[in-house]
Amino acid sequence: MNIVFNWAYFGYLLQGAVWTLVLTACAFVLGGAAGFVVMLGRTARARWVRLATLAYVEVIQGTPLLVLLFIAYFGLGIFGIEVPPLVAAALSLMINASAFLGEIWKGCVDAVPRTQREAAECLALTRWQGFKDVILPQAARIATPPTVGFMVQLLKNTSLASVVGFVELTRAAQVINNSTIQPFLVFGIAGAIYFLLCYPLTAWSRSLERTLNVGRR
Amino acid sequence: MRYEFDFAVLLDYWPDFLHGAIVTLQLTALATVLGFAIGVGGAVGARSPRRWLSRAVGLYVEVVRNTPFLIQIFFLYFGLASAGIRLPVFTAAVIAMVVNVGAYCTEIIRAGMDTVPPGQVEAAQSLGMTVPQIYADVILRPAIERVYPALTGQFVLMMLSSSVASQISTEELTAVANNVQSFTFRSFETFVSIAPMYLALAAILKLGFWLVGLAAFPRRRRLGTAI
Amino acid sequence: MSAAVSLRDVRKSYGPLEVLKGVSFDVAPGEVVAVIGASGSGKSTALRCINGLESIQGGAIEVCGHHVGTERSEAQLRALRQDVGIVFQSYNLFPHLTVEQNVTLALRRVKRMAGKAAIEIAGAVLAQVGLADKAQSYPEQLSGGQQQRVAIARSLAMQPKVMLFDEVTSALDPHLTGEVLRVMEALARDGMTMITVTHEMGFARRVADRTIFMRAGLVWEVGGAEMFRAPRTPELQQFLGSEL
Repeated sequence: MNIVFNWAYFGYLLQGAVWTLVLTACAFVLGGAAGFVVMLGRTARARWVRLATLAYVEVIQGTPLLVLLFIAYFGLGIFGIEVPPLVAAALSLMINASAFLGEIWKGCVDAVPRTQREAAECLALTRWQGFKDVILPQAARIATPPTVGFMVQLLKNTSLASVVGFVELTRAAQVINNSTIQPFLVFGIAGAIYFLLCYPLTAWSRSLERTLNVGRR
Repeated sequence: MRYEFDFAVLLDYWPDFLHGAIVTLQLTALATVLGFAIGVGGAVGARSPRRWLSRAVGLYVEVVRNTPFLIQIFFLYFGLASAGIRLPVFTAAVIAMVVNVGAYCTEIIRAGMDTVPPGQVEAAQSLGMTVPQIYADVILRPAIERVYPALTGQFVLMMLSSSVASQISTEELTAVANNVQSFTFRSFETFVSIAPMYLALAAILKLGFWLVGLAAFPRRRRLGTAI
Repeated sequence: MSAAVSLRDVRKSYGPLEVLKGVSFDVAPGEVVAVIGASGSGKSTALRCINGLESIQGGAIEVCGHHVGTERSEAQLRALRQDVGIVFQSYNLFPHLTVEQNVTLALRRVKRMAGKAAIEIAGAVLAQVGLADKAQSYPEQLSGGQQQRVAIARSLAMQPKVMLFDEVTSALDPHLTGEVLRVMEALARDGMTMITVTHEMGFARRVADRTIFMRAGLVWEVGGAEMFRAPRTPELQQFLGSEL
């Protein structure tokens, strides 16, 4: 059985790549929103909130994404909820991202010099006003390189959605390989497509970091 | 619709879970040691004045870092199989993990080596030390000490990634869970139960690395800085 | 006339280390007081207690009718800080905002002023410190002396009753201190109540109504300009000798 790999297959891979991007975008937006909440929790004033959020982060970061995916896909199914692969994938990616992004962003908030908060306090700004107008804008600038770096992680993580049958790039490659049995070629091309999607983000993240370090004296 | 949780049924399978956890640890241990070796070699190569070498290492690192681990493992396992080389799944998993974590280690160790002040190398040269001696004692030792937390963190992440090896039927913890849930139909309980198992494995790993750090970096122990 | 600022037996410790051992002094409205002393004498700490940046473990502080004790709430502190401005040694301007935005931020958020009104006030105080033309610049584009003057303008915009200065020229290159000291002198002439911790003896001698010399967490000697010519205590003598 030696069906030749042709351009139709390549088109199928590209279709999968589009879904990879869609899933990445969804997970990033949802995970980012949840991650923001996690960051607020990690920097909250109430000690129990900080500890509870820390526990959440530790548990999620310490659980393999594949296991989270299975819990979302198989686990929820038993409650009678039919979970489509896309939803399970998006949900597990979102939870995973919320923990990692939340931690990254907390670190960036901590990196803003303490004296900035003092100055804001001494101008009689409330804690929230100081956070919104003084700390957050500066933290956001510091956060850009690692956040872009995490987007690359997220893009790669979407490959796991193939395990529950969602047809993104990896699943498309598996399907094609099953009929053509040319794994080096098929997975090689899929890998190349991933590379072309990820590398610009990686390079961008690195250049952002360089600019940031030059700007801070 | 009411659902009654039944975790008790999982207890019958504890030997399987244990076996799966052991396989996960075995995979991780092998990949850690070999990946570290690759990391050292790669870091030295990345800083080499020979352009072809530093470029080759750079390419290796970028390719690994910008492609998903699942694709890497499929490429390796199914690719080699199609070329007539049928690796046992455990071996294939280890190789894929080594290739993957080796790239990250290369980056981390290289960054650590970059923090060693060039003046120290000059001093060592003036003392008549040979190049391998300089590398071992003046460059690598302090470099690895400095990046030890980042390095061990990467190894823990890699242990979590080993769950992906279940997709080529390696009998590690996640694969066991998959099997158990197909027998018991208790998918929620099964997968929720292995999460704390992974947390426990991570704790074991971190403890192990901490002990290794104590032995390898006595200066830190004397100065009282935590590893 | 009652004192604008009054410290009564203020005590402060960092853990086991007692930094202020019972500091008492008054500052009358419109008075300019300089606080001098060696590092570790507690002078900056005492200043930071006045606007609540540091907590106190004993004694009491009265500032423009606000009472600062060992226990204080956030709302109390915010009310206090609308009447007390502070300028820091390291200016602490907000780097992501322009000079004008730095000055108007608190006006818009705390005093709920409309944008236009805030910008007008900003223009006025920036002109007062001689930096009206730098309103759209970012802090990193300015020299240290200019940044410090913006910091003064930022506090002035809130129309405080008392201004605190914490070694505001210590981080500046010597040729830049003059422009900041001139602004402070002008403020003093206009009748602002000022407490300034400083190493600039010439400034203290010339501009301050009274100078407080602190040592080892206590007020050691207080006096007018004559204190510099004829110090009463040997410690102040020694300190002035080493400063000149």
